[in-house]
Amino acid sequence: MASASQPYLLDITPELAEEERLVHASAADFCRSRLLPIIAEHYEAGTFPRDLIVEFARMGFLGAPLEGYGCAGLNPVAYGLTMLELEKVDSGLRSFCSVQTALVMWPIFAYGDETQKQRWLPAMARGEAIGCFGLTEPGSGSDPGSMRTNARREPNGDYVLNGEKMWITNSPIADVAVVWAKVVEEGRPDPVVRGFLVERGMQGFSTPEIHGKLSLRASITGSIVLEDVRVPASSMLPGVSGLKGPLGCLTQARYGIGWGAVGAAMGVYERALEYSKDRKQFNRPLAGFQLTQQKLVEMHNAIGKSLLLALHFGRLKQRGKLTSTQVSWLKRDNVAMALDCARTARSILGGNGIMGEFHVMRHLCNLETVYTYEGTHEVHTLAIGRAITGEDAFT
Amino acid sequence: MKILVTTKRVTDPGTKIKLKADGSGIAADGVEFKPNPFCENAIEAAISLRDQHGGEVIVVSIGPDEADQTIRSAVAMGCNRAIRIDGNDGGLDGDLVARALAKLAESEQPDVFILGKQAVDGDSNQVGQLMAEYLGWPQATFASAITVTNGGKSAQVAREVDGGIETVEVDFPAVITADLRLNEPRFASLPNIMKAKRTAIEVKTLADLGVETTLKVRTTRFEAPPGRQAGKKVADVADLVQKLRNEAKVL
Repeated sequence: MASASQPYLLDITPELAEEERLVHASAADFCRSRLLPIIAEHYEAGTFPRDLIVEFARMGFLGAPLEGYGCAGLNPVAYGLTMLELEKVDSGLRSFCSVQTALVMWPIFAYGDETQKQRWLPAMARGEAIGCFGLTEPGSGSDPGSMRTNARREPNGDYVLNGEKMWITNSPIADVAVVWAKVVEEGRPDPVVRGFLVERGMQGFSTPEIHGKLSLRASITGSIVLEDVRVPASSMLPGVSGLKGPLGCLTQARYGIGWGAVGAAMGVYERALEYSKDRKQFNRPLAGFQLTQQKLVEMHNAIGKSLLLALHFGRLKQRGKLTSTQVSWLKRDNVAMALDCARTARSILGGNGIMGEFHVMRHLCNLETVYTYEGTHEVHTLAIGRAITGEDAFT
Repeated sequence: MKILVTTKRVTDPGTKIKLKADGSGIAADGVEFKPNPFCENAIEAAISLRDQHGGEVIVVSIGPDEADQTIRSAVAMGCNRAIRIDGNDGGLDGDLVARALAKLAESEQPDVFILGKQAVDGDSNQVGQLMAEYLGWPQATFASAITVTNGGKSAQVAREVDGGIETVEVDFPAVITADLRLNEPRFASLPNIMKAKRTAIEVKTLADLGVETTLKVRTTRFEAPPGRQAGKKVADVADLVQKLRNEAKVL
């Protein structure tokens, strides 16, 4: 006998401040009415909906957590809720906003000088300038310290950059790239990692697109090729040196992914729940079978716990108390949870589960990427393992 | 141009509501509220008119403290000022709301007062009309287009009526109620939501406005619609015809 269905037994709304609720409601409305109707088509065609950039900007998604420079100044929980709603639609669309916000605008905001901030941040918030973040290389992924991209200082103070970056979200459409490169500095025996703002149009800078992805198809990915690219000294980010520069950016982005993954999981869970109530076999809805209920309950409970972790860590971040290892936990567990949910939801939808119009296989394929980008699941495991044991198992 | 516009928080039309056990109202536990969709059309119209012709938009709602969130979402859409008249659904009817808003209109003296044509909770569809009558102002209801005419002294309003569009012209001050096809309400942007946080909401009581709070309409009981009866299975065509003739009596 069927009674009223209640998709979520946990509601965090009472824990949210008024502006957090309004941000959540507005982001949810926007994503549902502007993004959801067009995403399946773009994913199948392998195209990024570029005309959405201006809409993202108008909504204030680009640079949302930054203060000033035309940005909204959202607190970490409100920002997390926007990531959740974006990724409830598509990890690729969330990635676009994450990269622009956390990996390009944030380092300019945190490590840049006032001239760099004035030049880039308002334009990037308006969506008039697009950014990308170059850390990973063909031979350097989880071990960024092994990067080969380098910057040579010229007698007149300019730098000359050489190297190649790979798996760079937004690079083919970027106006500016935050490129991390090793620099030999006077008086220091080892080269040190520094960040450079490399601009479209500079001689020797190119960004070929990577084709053939079966995941994140509605997001543009490319490489960055640097062949004797000469940049002025003023394009170096003055505020940071060493690997802590790029790692600090990644901590910002991973925090957003931790919330976004909950959105992806909610998206597939809600589809599976609806489908299981409508689809009948053996004269009863799938939702009436014990095995299906078990799957739905596992998804539902895991989503609730992930959401509470995101909320709790968001409040810590608001107080300046969130550590990068805690962010590793949030990213690692919530993405793994979302990937599990996507696989389970796929099984509940049967053959329909692989179709674009049901929005589950797309999430599943996307999450396979989210599982390994911005720190693989395994590397985050080692980071947490190191913190709780005091033993470093990386090398 | 000075424009007054209303907003109202209503139970989310997308969620299932539960009635109180004694049938005296809707159980508030776990109910989600949203701005009334027709009010959002009214707000969008008010903001666009302000942007074209200058002036200010003042949003007003009647409700308890919790209605502040709905009011602030209107401010985030672009309203300049906000007023909440303190009140609870239980102590209000359409007539009292109309009289309270009319008093506010007398003190604020707007050129236009725009409302949603009705709230999707009670579906009464009478506040705009009653208020226009109390104020003695012309009214144009169910607006699907508004054009300011006569150098800002009047407006042409297209009304969707059966079989076509009726266009009326009203002199200001006037009351206009918004239909769904009037416009597509904008999303509140994240920076505007953060700015709206700093906008003070002026709170007035019904006593401040000097309105008599006796109700003309009393709600006696809420009942859920009857559950759907199970269908009947027929064995064959003869059985179907027999049932249609003898039970349904449609043949």
